[in-house]
Amino acid sequence: MERIPILKMGNFLLVTIQVDMYDGLAMTLQDDLTNRIAQTQAHGVLIDISALDIVDSFIGRILANIARMSRVMDAQTVVVGMQPAVAITLVELGLSLTGIRTALNVEKGMALLRSSLNETTNQVAATKWRADDDAED
Amino acid sequence: MKPQIRSLPLNGVQMTMQKTETINIQSSGDVVLVRQAVRLLAVEIGFGLVDQTKIVTAASELARNTLDYGGGGTVKLETLQEGRRRGLRLTFEDRGPGIPDIELALKDGFTTGSGLGMGLSGAKRLANEFEIQSAVGEGTRVIIVRWK
Repeated sequence: MERIPILKMGNFLLVTIQVDMYDGLAMTLQDDLTNRIAQTQAHGVLIDISALDIVDSFIGRILANIARMSRVMDAQTVVVGMQPAVAITLVELGLSLTGIRTALNVEKGMALLRSSLNETTNQVAATKWRADDDAED
Repeated sequence: MKPQIRSLPLNGVQMTMQKTETINIQSSGDVVLVRQAVRLLAVEIGFGLVDQTKIVTAASELARNTLDYGGGGTVKLETLQEGRRRGLRLTFEDRGPGIPDIELALKDGFTTGSGLGMGLSGAKRLANEFEIQSAVGEGTRVIIVRWK
């Protein structure tokens, strides 16, 4: 059976979509990815779509679903590498990929994930600090 | 260049069809085949990358509609020549349940299925010409044309 490989890079998972997506493959990817998030406790997922020469509403829906599933499992998703012609077409098609974060390439996507994870960590630390403070009072 | 609903000049004086090909749409894999065939013709006609992407995306949406809502059908691909300009016409046909309210079906976000409701309206925006005929209980035909 055809599968889309999921690579682990530090805290993140990298999914590179290089083949034409169809229903079965999309379902397998959603399954595999949620399992890998649970296994690796990854906090970020990068989906590289630079090899896709179109994004239609079917793929748009898959990307949105993956982002939502990851979110529920405490991982953030960034879609990277969209080709300019695809972006132009996507907007005209009427899809704005609301709720999906994007970056120009994998490197920028990783930087985005890192900075947003740091923010979260800082917030958690700050909350903990305040909690400790309160406990002392 | 705005897409519009209108009759296509099928008996146009100067318009000639140059190449015809029909593909069956019965599975998700066939949708992929449709995309590839449309891409090949678009390249052959000399469409730029953005125009290629638009017509292939529109074809993908309509092929999926044919499959999901029409229960499968066919698409006819034709290259056109009208004077100096060249174009690509795609005719999607199914013998499915038909669309009771076409205006509603063309609204952004409207869907009777699990999709996003952007397929039909989006495909219309991505084409230069768009025509839809549907009869409840008989089927649906959608025709789009993109000119170079």
